Formats: sequence, structure tokens, C-alpha cells
Amino acid sequence: MVHKWTSLVCTIFLLMLCITGLPLIFHHEIDRLSGDAPEFGMPGVGSSSNAPGLLPLDTMMAKALAARPGEVPLFMAFDNDQPSMTITTGPRPDAKGPEMTVQVFDRSTGKQLGQEDDSGVMHFLLQLHTDMFLGLPGMLFLGAMGLLFTAALVSGVVLYAPFMRKLDFGTLRVSRSRRLKWLDYHNLLGIVALAWMTVVGVTGVINTLANPINKLWQRNELSEMTREYAGKGAVPPSRYGSLDKAMAEARTALPGNNPQFIGFPGGTFSSKHHYAVFFQGDTPLTERLLTPALIDAETGAFTAARSMPWYNKSLSLSRPLHFGDYGGLPLKILWALLDLFTIVILIPGLYRWLGKRQASPAAHVREVETGGIAVPAE
Amino acid sequence: MKPRPSSRKPLRAIFAAPAAIAALSIVALVAALTGDGWRDALSWVGLAIPVLTVVWAMKARRT
Repeated sequence: MVHKWTSLVCTIFLLMLCITGLPLIFHHEIDRLSGDAPEFGMPGVGSSSNAPGLLPLDTMMAKALAARPGEVPLFMAFDNDQPSMTITTGPRPDAKGPEMTVQVFDRSTGKQLGQEDDSGVMHFLLQLHTDMFLGLPGMLFLGAMGLLFTAALVSGVVLYAPFMRKLDFGTLRVSRSRRLKWLDYHNLLGIVALAWMTVVGVTGVINTLANPINKLWQRNELSEMTREYAGKGAVPPSRYGSLDKAMAEARTALPGNNPQFIGFPGGTFSSKHHYAVFFQGDTPLTERLLTPALIDAETGAFTAARSMPWYNKSLSLSRPLHFGDYGGLPLKILWALLDLFTIVILIPGLYRWLGKRQASPAAHVREVETGGIAVPAE
Repeated sequence: MKPRPSSRKPLRAIFAAPAAIAALSIVALVAALTGDGWRDALSWVGLAIPVLTVVWAMKARRT
């Protein structure tokens, strides 16, 4: 009866996750269709490169700060395919999400292309899907639901064996009763999508641990890398040195790689004294595994570079495996179809949730053993 | 094939097709992660198998 209880609890939340997740698979495409495609000064040149013609980072930062007087830099993030980049600012170095402003720039012309805003349907769906607007507790709660989902998958496989003892693989008895039809679809869809659901479920759980994982990295690895700075006070934003000098220094330390983003001092991705330049690997597989190079924000001197520990690496690899955004549009379409499968799989469980069926455990056991022939009394 | 209600299948027979589909899915999920081009195409084929299996069952195994 493990299957019943694990799925009973998580069904309603899983249904929410599957429904909100469906449009989120095509997040990028929907955003592009609904907004105007920006015209870049140097189309196709990644802002993460150091191609000639791209404006200095200090120039870009000055423009961003001029638009947000009194604020301090928090993040600067780059694109591999286009010269667009984002600069995040906020009132303090440790400003939280809602206080941040994200400006989008074209690094080839210096023009501001717009601001990322928190309104809009897609953002609403993303928040609902990630934490149900409840912050970290909401995230961890959905992670627990993901764990229950995994337990439901395992127990479902265990039930599949006695159920299928006398049935051929793929049997769909659609003409006998509605109950039998749904049961057969539940079993077939569940067993063919098993590996996909397991991977998306487990990587979803890992994604809910993003904040604790990052805290762990900051406390262990980062503080070890910056041990000699341990006693020093935070560097005030007025004393931040040149970003271009820091980037050149970082590129010398990790040649051949391109940066994904810079975390500024005092934020969740750096120490209180460093620009943390996060570099991508140079192969498709390692592109997602980041290596931070720490540059003293005041002097521009290189402090340390070390690849992320295993827990950050598993988080980095969990993102694409959960979102399905790493194999072109056909992969996204398959992701959507398998997501629809999961919704259908959840429907019989939803019936139970609504209290449509009450039967004794013994009757359920008989039902499974006979492949659904012996229907529990209702 | 007709359903054979009297025969009891061994576990290996029950899980042969599901295991093959699961293995292909895993190969597909990893393939696209390791690069582009043919690796992406492999992932499309591998993950299309579960979908096509259901289409096949709806045609061939409806009773």
C-alpha cells in the first residue's frame, strides 16, 4: 500500500507541477514570440567573448549604474550566442531578489534593451512551479513532494509485476469498463515513461536544494579559497576596481574558457572582497560545470580558481535534465509529450483523492493480482 | 498475439520491454548532454520510443 499513500499525498502537487511545467518547457520560445526580437549591433557575437568591437565591461557597468543612481552592482551575466548581457543592481551588496533590478544591454552598441520584470504569466508560472510563492520553505516542500513521487514510482514498478503476470506488454482493455481502461493506461504510460519521470523527478528534487547547496559552497569551498581575507572588512562599492582588468586577469588564469557571469562582493556567489568570475568549461559537457576565478575587487589581483565541488556539479547537471532545454526543439516537444503522459498517469490517483472509491486493502491486493479483473466493491 | 489469460509470465518476460525502453531513455537523456548534432538526434530517437510504444499499443493491443 506504499504506492497508495505516497501518491495520495503528492498527486495534487504533482499535477500542479506538470501543468505549470508544460508551458515552462517552451519558456524561451514564448518569451521570444511575445517580445520583439532585439536588433543587435553585432549579431551572433557572444557577449561572453573578448571579440574586438565589444565595449569594455566598465563602460557597460557605468551605464547600468547611471540608470539606477545610488545602487551597487550585484551580478553581470553574459550570453554565448548574442552580444546581449544583463547587469543586476540593488540597494546593498547583499540585496535580496525582490530588491534587484536586472537591465539588459547590447554590449556591441551599449544600448539598454530593456529591463527584466517580475510581472507576466510566465514569471507567475515559474514562481508557482518553483516555490508556490513561499520562498525556501515552499521549495523544500516541493522537493519533499518530489521524493514522495520517486517512492511512488518505485512502488508502482513493484505493483506492475503481479499486475502484468497474465497480460501481454502494452495490453489496453478499453471496452470492458472505464476503470479497467484507466488502469491499463496508467500502467502502460507509467512503465514507458518510467526512466524519464525518474530523471525529471530526481533532478527536480536536486533543484529545490539550490539554496542550501550554494550556502554550503560559500561556507566550505569559498571561505577556504579566500582564507587570507578572513579578518578583513567588506570592500565598499566605492573602492571596486576595474572589471576589465579583473576579467583579463581571470582569463589568464583560466585560458580558453568564456565567462558565464560575475558575482560581486557581498553577494551569494562571492566573498566580501572578490569579483567571482564564473567560467564555463570548453566542451559541451563541461560547459555547464562552472569554475570560479576569484579576483581581488580592490586591487584586481588573482586570488584563486577552483572547480566547483560535486554537489554544485550535480546541481548544474540537474538543471538541463529537469528543463529539457539541451537538445533543440524536438527534445522540448518530447518533454512536453512525456509531461502530458504524466498528467494522464496522475488521473486515476486524482479520482482516489476526490474520494470516489473506497475499498478494503485486501480487495485492492486481489485487483492487482488478477490484473484488474477482480474489481473492488465500491 | 492474443492475450493468454492462463499463462503466468516470469519476471524476465514482464520486464523485458520496460527495461529496454528505460535503458534507451537513459541513453537518450545523457546523449544530448554530451554534445550537439548526432547526439541530439540520438536523444530524439531514444525519447520518441516511449511515445511510439503507446501509439503502437493503442493500435495493436486494444481489446
